[in-house]
Amino acid sequence: MSDRIIQKLEILADAAKYDVSCSSSGSKRENKNKGLGDAKGMGICHTYTEDGRCVSLLKILLTNYCIYDCAYCVTRRSNDVQRAAFTVEEVVDLTINFYRRNYIEGLFLSSGIFKDPDYTMERLVRVAKKLRTEHNFNGYIHLKSIPGASDELMQEAGLYADRLSVNIELPSEQSLKQLAPEKNTADIEKPMAAISQAIRQNRNEIQVFKKAPLFVPAGQSTQMIVGASPESDWQVMQKADQLYKSFGLKRVYYSAYVPVMEDNRLPALSSAPPVLRENRLYQTDWLLRFYGFSLEEILNQQHPDLSTEMDPKLTWALRNLHLFPVDINTADYEMILRIPGLGVKSAKKIVAARRFGKITLEHLQKFGVMLNRAKYFLNCPGQRYQLGELSESDIKRRILAQAEGRSGSRQLNLFG
Amino acid sequence: MTHFVYDGSFEGLLTAIFEVYERKADIVRIIPASQYQPDAFSEKIEIYPDETKANRVWKGLQKKLSVDGLTNVFSCYLSELPDREELILEFCRLVFASDDKVEENYGSPIVLRVAQIGRQLFREKHRFEAFVRFGQLQDGTFYATIDPDFNVIPLIISHFVTRYADQAWIIYDIRRKYGIYYDKTEVQEVRFDFSPLAQPGNASPETYDSREDLYQLLWQAYFKSVNIPARRNMKLHRKHVPIRYWKYLIEKQPGKPYRS
Repeated sequence: MSDRIIQKLEILADAAKYDVSCSSSGSKRENKNKGLGDAKGMGICHTYTEDGRCVSLLKILLTNYCIYDCAYCVTRRSNDVQRAAFTVEEVVDLTINFYRRNYIEGLFLSSGIFKDPDYTMERLVRVAKKLRTEHNFNGYIHLKSIPGASDELMQEAGLYADRLSVNIELPSEQSLKQLAPEKNTADIEKPMAAISQAIRQNRNEIQVFKKAPLFVPAGQSTQMIVGASPESDWQVMQKADQLYKSFGLKRVYYSAYVPVMEDNRLPALSSAPPVLRENRLYQTDWLLRFYGFSLEEILNQQHPDLSTEMDPKLTWALRNLHLFPVDINTADYEMILRIPGLGVKSAKKIVAARRFGKITLEHLQKFGVMLNRAKYFLNCPGQRYQLGELSESDIKRRILAQAEGRSGSRQLNLFG
Repeated sequence: MTHFVYDGSFEGLLTAIFEVYERKADIVRIIPASQYQPDAFSEKIEIYPDETKANRVWKGLQKKLSVDGLTNVFSCYLSELPDREELILEFCRLVFASDDKVEENYGSPIVLRVAQIGRQLFREKHRFEAFVRFGQLQDGTFYATIDPDFNVIPLIISHFVTRYADQAWIIYDIRRKYGIYYDKTEVQEVRFDFSPLAQPGNASPETYDSREDLYQLLWQAYFKSVNIPARRNMKLHRKHVPIRYWKYLIEKQPGKPYRS
C-alpha cells in the first residue's frame, strides 16, 4: 500500500510541477479554536528544488487523466504517460501529515479534466472543504479553478481557498487556437472576471460586517507560458498589464516553456527552456508593480523585446541618461528608486537617513548598494564620476565587463 | 574603567544599563560573568537582574523606538556577538540623547550595525520557521532538533505556538542545550540529559511513530518529483538553501530515515 501511494505522489507531483506559482503569502486566515495551521503573514519557502524554485506548498494534481489535448501540456490526452488519481482522503491525509511535520505551508491542488469541468471542480472543492470543516485546517490552500465549471462551485471554492487561479496559458488568442484548440480566451477570462467580481464584493462586505466569511483572501493569480509561441516580450507584458488592470490579479507568473514532447507546432525537444527570458519578464513585472515604471517606458514599438545582456532597469537608465545623475541627497524617493543597482530597501534607507546628515558614497557601500552599477547614475559626496563624462556605450561596456569578471558566467538574480 | 558584570540574561543586561545611567558612569564595559577576567586597574560592579530597573530601561526604549527598533535591540542580544553589550549600550545612549527617530539615522555606524544585526537575526529566524523538520514520536509528540548560528528560539516561539496549536511539540537547540516544549496549553523551557546511546541524530526507530518513515519517504519522493532537471541551477539552489542547513532537511538526505 505504501509503494502505491509513493508512486501516485511521484506521478501527480511530476505532472503539477510546470505550474510555477508557489506563493503562500498574503492571506488573512488565522488559526481558530486551537486548530491546525495559520496562513496569515509572510509566505515561507520550506525548501528549494535543485533548479532553485521555492517549495512552499504540496503542489499536486488530483489526477492526470485529461479529456483535453493541449500541445504544451505533459498531461495531454494523446501523450503516452503513466496515469494516476488520488482519492479525496489521500490528498487530505498527505496535506495534514506534511503540514504537521513543517514540510509545507499548505496545498496547491490542480487537476486534469476528467469527465467534465463540473465533475472535476466538485472534487477539488471537496478536498478543501474536508480540510477546513473536518480537520479545522487553517493552512494555505490554492485551488485551480477549472474553466467551464459552474459559478456555484467557483463560489464554494472561494469560501475554502486562500487563492484561486485560472491559467491564461498563452499570451494571445491566436496561439491558444494553435496549441490548445479546445480552449479559448473567453472561456478562461470568464471565471477570472467572476472571481475578481466576487472578491471585490467580499472586501466591501468585510468593511461593513467584520465577521463576513473570507472569500479568496490571498487573491487570484494566473500563469502564462513563454517561449512556446511567437509573441514578443512587449506582447507578453501587455497581456500581463491588462490582466493586472482588469481583474486586479495578485500575480502573473511567467513559465519558460520546457519541451515535453515532439510536436511540429512547438520548439524542439532538445531546446533549452528560455530561463533568462523568463527572469527578464519577472524583473519587468517587478518594475511595474513596485518601482513605479509604466510598461511603455520599458517596452514599446521601438523596443519590443527585453535585452538579454542587461536587466530592464539598467537598459531603461541607459536609454534615459539625460535624467541622470540623480542627487541622492535631494531627489525624490521615486527617482532614487530608478537608479540601477539600488533597490527598495536602500532607497528607503537613503531617504530616512539623509534627514540626519549628507549621505556619502561610503554610506551607500555600507547600505549594500551595488556601486559598480549605481556609481554611474548618482551624485553624492565621494562620487568620482562627472556628469556627461561617459557615454552610454562606455557605461554599458564597463558594467558588463565588471559583471563578467566577477561571476565568469551570467548570473540570474531577480534584481540587478 | 568600570566593569559592570552581569549574569548574561537580557534582564541583567537592561539592569546593567540602568546602573550605568544611575551612577553616571562614563567609561564602562558591561561583561557577562562567564567572560569576566579581573583587571587590577578597573573597578568591578556586580549586577543582579532587577525586573523594575530592567523595565524602566525597556519602557524608555519603547517610547522612542518602533516595534522593529525594539526587536533589533533584542536581536543584538540574541546574536551572542562578543561586542553586543557595548553595541546595545552605545545604541541606547544615542536613543536616549535625542528626540528624533534616531533608529533611522543609518549614517551612524552604530545605528546601521544594529539594523544589520537585526536583519541577520530576522533572516535566521525566518530560515528556522522554514527548515525545522518535526518527526512524530511514539507518544504523538512532534520533535525537532536545531543547531542555529544565533539563539533564535525566543524569536520563533510565537510562530510555532499559533501554527501548531493542536499538537504537542519540542524544538531543541543542541548547541545551546535547551529547548521549548509545547503541551497544547503552554510553552516551557526544557533541558535534556541525553544518554550516550541516544545522542541527537541517533534515536532508535522504536522512538518514532510507526508511520513516521512513510511520511519521510513520501516527502523525499515529492521533493525529487517537483524538480525540473532541464532547469537545474545548483548555484541558485545553494544560495537559497546554504549547505550548513542541509543536515536538518529530510529531502536532502534521500534513502535514509531522518532521526532528530
